[in-house]
Amino acid sequence: MSNISLDYVRKSYGPSEVIHGISGSIQQGEFVVIVGPSGCGKSTLLRMIAGLESITGGEIQIGKRVVNKLEPAQRNIAMVFQNYALYPHMSVFDNMSYGLKIRKVPKEEIRRRVEETAEILELTPYLKRSPRQLSGGQRQRVAMGRAIVREPDVFLFDEPLSNLDAKLRVQMRLEIKKLQERLGITSVYVTHDQVEAMTLGHRLMVLNAGSVEQFGTPIDLYDKPATLFVATFIGSPAMNILNGTVSEDASSIILPEGEVIPLGMRLNAQAGASVNLGMRPEHIRLATNGNALFSFKSDVIEELGADTIIHADFGKATSSMAVRLDGIHRVSSGTQFSFAIDPENLHVFDPESGKRIN
Amino acid sequence: MVENRPFFDTLTHIILILGVILIAFPIWITFVAATHDLARMSQAPIPIWPGSHFFDNLKLALEGKVVSGVDMLPVWKMMFNSLIMALMIAIGKIIISILSAYAIVYFDFPFRMGFFWMIFITLMLPVEVRILPTFEVVASLGMLNSYLGLTVPLIASATATFMFRQVFLTIPDEMLESARIDGAGPVRFFFDMLLPLSRTNIAALFVILFIYGWNQYMWPLLITTDSSLSTVVVSIKEMLDSAERTPEWNTIMMTALLAMLPPILVIVSMQKLFVKGLTETDK
Repeated sequence: MSNISLDYVRKSYGPSEVIHGISGSIQQGEFVVIVGPSGCGKSTLLRMIAGLESITGGEIQIGKRVVNKLEPAQRNIAMVFQNYALYPHMSVFDNMSYGLKIRKVPKEEIRRRVEETAEILELTPYLKRSPRQLSGGQRQRVAMGRAIVREPDVFLFDEPLSNLDAKLRVQMRLEIKKLQERLGITSVYVTHDQVEAMTLGHRLMVLNAGSVEQFGTPIDLYDKPATLFVATFIGSPAMNILNGTVSEDASSIILPEGEVIPLGMRLNAQAGASVNLGMRPEHIRLATNGNALFSFKSDVIEELGADTIIHADFGKATSSMAVRLDGIHRVSSGTQFSFAIDPENLHVFDPESGKRIN
Repeated sequence: MVENRPFFDTLTHIILILGVILIAFPIWITFVAATHDLARMSQAPIPIWPGSHFFDNLKLALEGKVVSGVDMLPVWKMMFNSLIMALMIAIGKIIISILSAYAIVYFDFPFRMGFFWMIFITLMLPVEVRILPTFEVVASLGMLNSYLGLTVPLIASATATFMFRQVFLTIPDEMLESARIDGAGPVRFFFDMLLPLSRTNIAALFVILFIYGWNQYMWPLLITTDSSLSTVVVSIKEMLDSAERTPEWNTIMMTALLAMLPPILVIVSMQKLFVKGLTETDK
């Protein structure tokens, strides 16, 4: 078990830089998820920690060692790949023991460790089979088993659940979380799936175009997204973003149609400056008498049982808007609704920099 | 086809049977000729049904000595020479090309693609095209009349290199990365991963290359003047070359039959791996 610290880590391929100086530290035993859209550099960053990609600038430390120049095998890490990368010509037992065999661990010890790990992962009946005789979920478990028997300082996961079907993914997600808590090994997990990220990680590192947008707990990211990108990336359905301007006294936002949304605080912004106002669909409530802040005509209604999602075109400047109401609401499209929202659930962003300003 | 049309079924069968007859007939004639004595074989028309001298001819061929007035090695000796040549060519080609494919696919050295294309271009230069310079090189290396002279110039192989390259390219990169994390160096990775994974391809190549080596005619003819090194394929042709006498068809055909055996044995014994190696794409 070790902590990992990244110090202004950069990566370029020729003249184009894909990772622009990422810093952050991962505590011992912590489960950190790196999340972001495809092409944001999250896999590259993970592979740099693993030693599969060279580091152009900055420093990576695992434990107290600077590992920039170390071979992957010397970093005492284990990695689980998206396509599992099992050795097809070896049995499950040999797959799991290969790394130990190379490290010249005594035979008895290898057998003990593999059998223990197989027990944890419920793989004992399959030890003699070859990977192609296993189902997707079992292969996934073998890949994890191969990582666990090594007793590494750090686990690295590169989208390990992407090749599984939806049901199995949810199940394996829970298993990974339980396993990580049980073993307490520092883990870095890469995914593009924000639900996976939110459920698994102690902390999330949101990457966009090679830079960190925000690094914090799932609830931090949800409650106080630092940037417009994080705001729209985390949460489903995505946060509604409306254009607006700052009022005279800087304590409310005026929407293009003239509605005034009070913020309950003073913004540090000039009156009349344009801003982006974010509201999560689940924070918008149906207005009771007199407290309506804005209204719109519903367009498409999704009735999901547990909740109802109302989609609508809102105003001129915004394309669409979603509202999520608890329970079943029997409404037809084209109905006019009035809505309200609490000031603490409002997110204000500077449209230029994308940074949060409230 | 799934259609049930008796006429087409019959027609396709007739065509297939004709094809089999066309290919099998010369072999039948060879077999028949190997079962008659010299007297019968010297008369026209040649027989189409087997005679009773099979074992006499087998004895004649195995003993060797003078056939059609040409001094001959015993057949087993010629076949031994052919076997050594075919094995050295097949195994040598496989070793050289699997190593060069390994270098080209997995190592990032300067002018990598340049080397790949240089190897690839040699596809256009079979022995027959470069026969004079190659002979010169072999002669000045003092390799005339030796097994090395027989095989070394035929060993470098662009096709096999290319084939192994394709095989290696189908092995996912993650497998290499996973092995690296497990601590396998380049040599271990080669022996623990690449070799077992290309087992069927090696077998398929071995079959093809063994037959290629066994059937070599022009190069052995040129490089060996010492008759103790002559191979069976070259010798059969020499037996026919007697100027004044009728060729001893019975002995020659028996020799030809014997010469067919080793390639058949190789194909039959490695058939399963051969088909797998050429058709399997999943790694």
